[in-house]
Amino acid sequence: MSDNIKKAADAYESGVEKSLGKFPERKKEFTTVSKVPVKRLYTPLDLASGDYLRDIGFPGEYPYTRGVQNTMYRGRFWTMRQYAGFSTAEESNKRYKFLLQQGTTGLSVAFDLPTQIGYDSDHPLSQGEVGKVGVAIDSLADMEILFDGIPLDKVSTSMTINAPASVLLAMYIAVAEKQGVSPDKLEGTIQNDILKEYVARGTYIFPPEPSMRLITDIFAYCSRNVPNWNTISISGYHIREAGSTASQEVAFTIADGVAYVEAAVKAGLDVDAFAPRLSFFFNAHNDLFEEVAKFRAARRVWAKLMKERFGAKNPKSLMLRFHTQTGGSTLTAQQPDNNIVRVAIQTLAAVLGGTQSLHTNSKDEALALPTEDSVRIALRTQQIVAYESGAADTVDPLAGSYYVESMTDRIQAEAEAYIAKIDAMGGAVKAIERGYVQQEIQDASYAYQMDVESGERVVVGMNKFQVKEGSPKGLLRVDPIVGEQQAKKLKDLKSRRDNARVEAALAAVKAAAGGEGNLMPPILEAVRAYATLGEICDVLRSVFGEYQQKVIL
Amino acid sequence: MDRTIRVLVAKPGLDGHDRGAKVIARALRDAGMEVIYTGLRQTPEQIVSAAIQEDADVIAMSILSGAHNHLFPRVMELLREKKVDDVLVLGGGVIPDDDIPGLKAAGIAEIFTPGSPTPAIIEFIKNNLKRKA
Repeated sequence: MSDNIKKAADAYESGVEKSLGKFPERKKEFTTVSKVPVKRLYTPLDLASGDYLRDIGFPGEYPYTRGVQNTMYRGRFWTMRQYAGFSTAEESNKRYKFLLQQGTTGLSVAFDLPTQIGYDSDHPLSQGEVGKVGVAIDSLADMEILFDGIPLDKVSTSMTINAPASVLLAMYIAVAEKQGVSPDKLEGTIQNDILKEYVARGTYIFPPEPSMRLITDIFAYCSRNVPNWNTISISGYHIREAGSTASQEVAFTIADGVAYVEAAVKAGLDVDAFAPRLSFFFNAHNDLFEEVAKFRAARRVWAKLMKERFGAKNPKSLMLRFHTQTGGSTLTAQQPDNNIVRVAIQTLAAVLGGTQSLHTNSKDEALALPTEDSVRIALRTQQIVAYESGAADTVDPLAGSYYVESMTDRIQAEAEAYIAKIDAMGGAVKAIERGYVQQEIQDASYAYQMDVESGERVVVGMNKFQVKEGSPKGLLRVDPIVGEQQAKKLKDLKSRRDNARVEAALAAVKAAAGGEGNLMPPILEAVRAYATLGEICDVLRSVFGEYQQKVIL
Repeated sequence: MDRTIRVLVAKPGLDGHDRGAKVIARALRDAGMEVIYTGLRQTPEQIVSAAIQEDADVIAMSILSGAHNHLFPRVMELLREKKVDDVLVLGGGVIPDDDIPGLKAAGIAEIFTPGSPTPAIIEFIKNNLKRKA
C-alpha cells in the first residue's frame, strides 16, 4: 500500500518539477512563522512511522493528543476569560461586572506593575506606574473593593501574579471568608510561574531558590485547603511574546514545568497530590496549523514526561490543561481594525488546539489598554467561533491531517530535544542562570525582526499595503491621579488598622521565611490584619534577598 | 567616521517587556555602534549616571507600561541638572501619538512607536548626533 503511494507521490513531484518552469511557485522556500520549512504536499507517507493508538489515541485518554476531555466542546465550550484590570479597584470592579454581563464566564485579573513586583503604590519606584497596566492592589481593603458584589463561589478567577502570588492568593481567600465562602469552594488560578519571569516577563522579586520554595509552599497549602485552585499556570505565552518559535515555546514551558514538579517532589510532596492542579498557558499566534500542532504536541510531551519520568498514576496528573491568549505581539499599531481578523484566526487555532480557556486581545492593544467597545468585539470573536463556525462541534477536527499530524510530530521531537539539552545542563533553573534560554529566544526574535524588515515576511498594513492614517482616537487613558488616590488610601489604612497586630503578623512571616514551615498560613494572617503587600514583600526581601537579572544581549 | 557611536539602551520603569529594546540593541550593534544595555527596572537616576559613566552619545529608552510621561521627562531633567547637553535622547514603546509633542518639548529628540523599522532608527541616530563622531 505505502509502496503504491510512494510511487504515485514521486510521479506527482516529478510532474510538478516539470511545470515549475512555466508556473513557478511564489517563493523558493516556504516556512512557518517559526521558520520551519513547509513542504508542497503532505501525504500518508509523512505519517508512516506513526502508530495511531500510541501517538494520537482518543480524547480524554493518554497521551491526550486529541484533548483532555472525552467530549471536549460538545460538553461545554472553553471558558471565555478576558484579562482585565486598570486604575483603581473601583474602576476594575466596574469592568468585571461589565464583562460578566456581556457573557464572559470567568474573571482574569491584571495587576499593575508595582503590585506585581511587591511595592505599595506610595513607593518611589511606583511613581508613574500605579494603575497603568492593571489594577493597583495594596492591601486586603483594595481586594474587598475589587470583588465587591461578585460572589466568589460563583465565578472562577485567574490572577496574573507571580513573585507575590502567595500574598494575592491569601487576599482572595480572605475576601472569600468575608463573603462567607470557604476556601474549598474557590475556583481559579494564580500564574505563580517565576521561571518565565526571569527569562521573558520580568516581574521577579526574589532569587530562584526561595521563589521555588514559595511556589511549592502554595502547592502544599492548596492541596489541603483550596483543592479546586490551579496553583500555577506554567506559561509559554510570554516566552513566545519575547520572540521564541513554537517549538521553543513548548520546550521551555515544559522544561519549567519539570523544574516545578522536581522541586515539589524534593520538598516531599506526592506527585499525584499536586500535579492535577498544575495548569499551563500558551500563546495563539498567526500560523494556524503550526499552532494547532503545537497545542497537540504540548499535551503529548507533558503526558509522557509525567508518566515516564515522574511515575504519576492519576490521569489528571498527566493532562496538560491550558489557557490561551491570542498573541499580543502579532497586533499592529497600523490599521488596527485588521487586528480583529488576526485575533479571529488565532482564536480558531486555540479552539482547534483544544484550549480550556481563552483570552482574545482587543484590536487597540498595540496602542493602549483596550476600550470597552474593542473588548466587546474581542469577546464576540470567541462567541462567533463557538456558536457559528462549527469548529467546536466535533473533537479535534484536524486530527489525521497529514500536515497537522506531521507538524505535531516535529514539534514534539524538537521540544524533546531542547528538554534533553536543558536536562543535561542541570535543569531549567540552571539553564536560565546560564542565560541559555534567554539567548535562544533572542536569536529567534532577532531573526524574525530581520525577516519582517527585509520584507521576506509580510505583515499586512505594516510592511505591505500601508495607508496614510491619522492618529487613532478614543484610546483608554488611565488618570495619573490614581497614584495619589492610592497613596492616600494607604495612609488612611495605616492609621485605622490595628498596627500591633500587623507588627506581630509580619514578625511571624519573617520567622517562617527564615525557617522551614509553610509560608501560606502566616501570610494569610498578615493579610487579614491588613498588612500591605509592600510590607509583606519587604519582610520577605529582608530574608530572601532580591534577584539580580542576568543581562544578555 | 573616526569614532564608534556609543549607545546606552535603557529600560526605565518597572515593565519587563524588553524584546524591543534587545532587538534595537542588536540592530545598532550590527550597524557598527557600541551598545550598552542596562537591563530592566532602571530609575532615571541610574540611567543618567550610566550614560555619564559610559560616555554615551545616545540614550535610547523603551517603555511599554505607560509610565513614559513621568519617566522620560525626568531623565531629561536629570541630564540638565548634571549639565549634560550633548547626548541624543530617544524614546520608544507603546506611546500614544497625543503624548509625543509633550515628550519632544521635554527634550526627547524622537519617539519610535510599534512597527518602526530598525534602519530608520539607525539613520536617525547617525543624522542627529549632538556630538560629532
